[in-house]
Amino acid sequence: MKTYKEIILDPIFNDNPIALQILGICSALAVTSKMETAVVMALSVTLVTGFSNFFVSLIRKLIPSSIRILVEMTIIASLVIIADQLIKAYAYNISKELSVYVGLIITNCIVMGRAEAYALKNPPVASFLDGIGNGFGYAFILIVVGFIRELFGSGKLFGISILPLVNDGGWYTSNGLFLMPPSAFFLIGLIIWMIRTFKPEQVEED
Amino acid sequence: MSSSFKHTLLVAFSICFVASILVSTAAVVLKPVQEYNKKLDLLKNILIVGDIYKDGADINKIYKEKISPEIIDLKTGNIVSKDKYDKIVNLNDFDILKAANSNTWGERIPADKDIAKIKRMPKVMIVYRVMGKEGVEQYILPIYGKGLWSTMFAFISLDKDLHTIKGISFYDQGETPGLGGEVENPRWKKIWVGKQAYDLKGNLKIRVIKRKVDRNSPNAKYEVDGLSGATLTTRGVNNLVRFWLGDDGYGAFIKKLHGEVNENL
Repeated sequence: MKTYKEIILDPIFNDNPIALQILGICSALAVTSKMETAVVMALSVTLVTGFSNFFVSLIRKLIPSSIRILVEMTIIASLVIIADQLIKAYAYNISKELSVYVGLIITNCIVMGRAEAYALKNPPVASFLDGIGNGFGYAFILIVVGFIRELFGSGKLFGISILPLVNDGGWYTSNGLFLMPPSAFFLIGLIIWMIRTFKPEQVEED
Repeated sequence: MSSSFKHTLLVAFSICFVASILVSTAAVVLKPVQEYNKKLDLLKNILIVGDIYKDGADINKIYKEKISPEIIDLKTGNIVSKDKYDKIVNLNDFDILKAANSNTWGERIPADKDIAKIKRMPKVMIVYRVMGKEGVEQYILPIYGKGLWSTMFAFISLDKDLHTIKGISFYDQGETPGLGGEVENPRWKKIWVGKQAYDLKGNLKIRVIKRKVDRNSPNAKYEVDGLSGATLTTRGVNNLVRFWLGDDGYGAFIKKLHGEVNENL
C-alpha cells in the first residue's frame, strides 16, 4: 500500500499521466500557448479529477458494473459543467480563450482513466489524492510547456513582457512556431526524453 | 437477476437526479455574475473600438463619461423616443438577437438582400456616440453576420466625418482558432483604421479582399486584407460589413447625419 504522500507525488515524475501514460495530449497542445490559460486549465483538470475520483470511489460498491462507465461519465460531466460555469462567472476573459477546451475535460483521458484504474478499487480519500496527484502531473507538464511557449512565442509570462519584442521597440524577435500547437508536441517529446533519461525504468521495451 | 436490474435502474436514476440538481443549481446561482461579466465585456469592446480603453481602467466609469448611447430606427434613421422603450429595446440591455426575433422590433430580411446571412434583423439598433469636447467624435455601430461556423458580432467605429473607419472589434465569434479566429487579432484590426467606408459621393466602397491590398492601387483606401487560410470567414466579414453599412443597415441613419452635418456648415 502506498502512502498518501506517494499517491500525490508519484504522478508528477514517476508515473506522469502525460509523459508516461501519454494521456490528455490533445488539451495539452491546445491550451498551452499562454501561461494564464495553462494554469486555469491545469487547475480545472486537477479539481475535476480529484472530485470525480472521490465521488466514484464513494459509491464504488453500489455501481453496477454494467453501467459503470455511464455512471462515471455522468459524474465527470456534471463536475466539468460546474467548473465551466465557475470559470465563466469568475474568469470571463479566460473562459473566452479556453472556449471548448473546458467542456472537453469530460473527454480528457486522465479523468476517465483514473476513475477506472484507481477510484473503482480504492477508498475515497486515497482516490481523491490520486486524482489530485494526477492533476498535478498534468499541471506540471502544462505549466512547463506553457512557460516555454509563452516566453519564446510572445516574449511574455502571464501577459507581462519579459523579452521586449522587436515590434514594440525591443530586441527579441518572437518565434511564431511556439504559438502553434505543433510546438507543444516537440516540447512534450523533449520532456518525455528528459524524464526517461533520468528514470531509465520508464523506457518501454521493444 | 430482477433485483440487480432494479438496483441498476435505481443507481442510474439517483445519479442522474443528484447530478442534474447540482448542475442546474450551479447554472442558476452563477447566472447573474456571468451576465454581469458579459455586459462588462461588451462595454469593454465598445471602449476598445473607440480607442478609449486603458488596461485596468474602470470600464463603467469611462463608459459613463465618454459614451452616449441612442436607439435609432434603421428605416428612417430617426432616434427612437424614450417612451417607446420596453423590456427588449432600451439603453441598458439592448439585446440584438432578442430584438431581431421579436414580432414588434424585428423583421425578416428578403433572401436576395440578406448578404450577411442573418435571416432576421432588428428594425431598431443601438448606436454608441463617443463624446469629445466638441460634440460627437465617433459613431460606434454594432454589426453582425455569418462567418464559416458562427455568427460573428462586432462593433465598427466611424469617425464624425461618417466615412473614415476608426476601428473594428469582434467580440463574439466561433471561427476556427488560428485561421478565421484571427478576426480578433489586433494587428489585423489595425489594418481597418483609417480606411474609407464610402467615397465622397456617399457610395459604399469598403471591401475585404482575398489577397493583400496593393498599396499603389487607387482603391487601396477602400480595401482591407483578407485573412489568409480563412476564405469563408473573410467573405463573411466582407458581407456583414457591407450589409450593415449599406442601405439595408445603417444607410438611412448615416445619410440623415450627413444632412445634419451639411446644415451646420
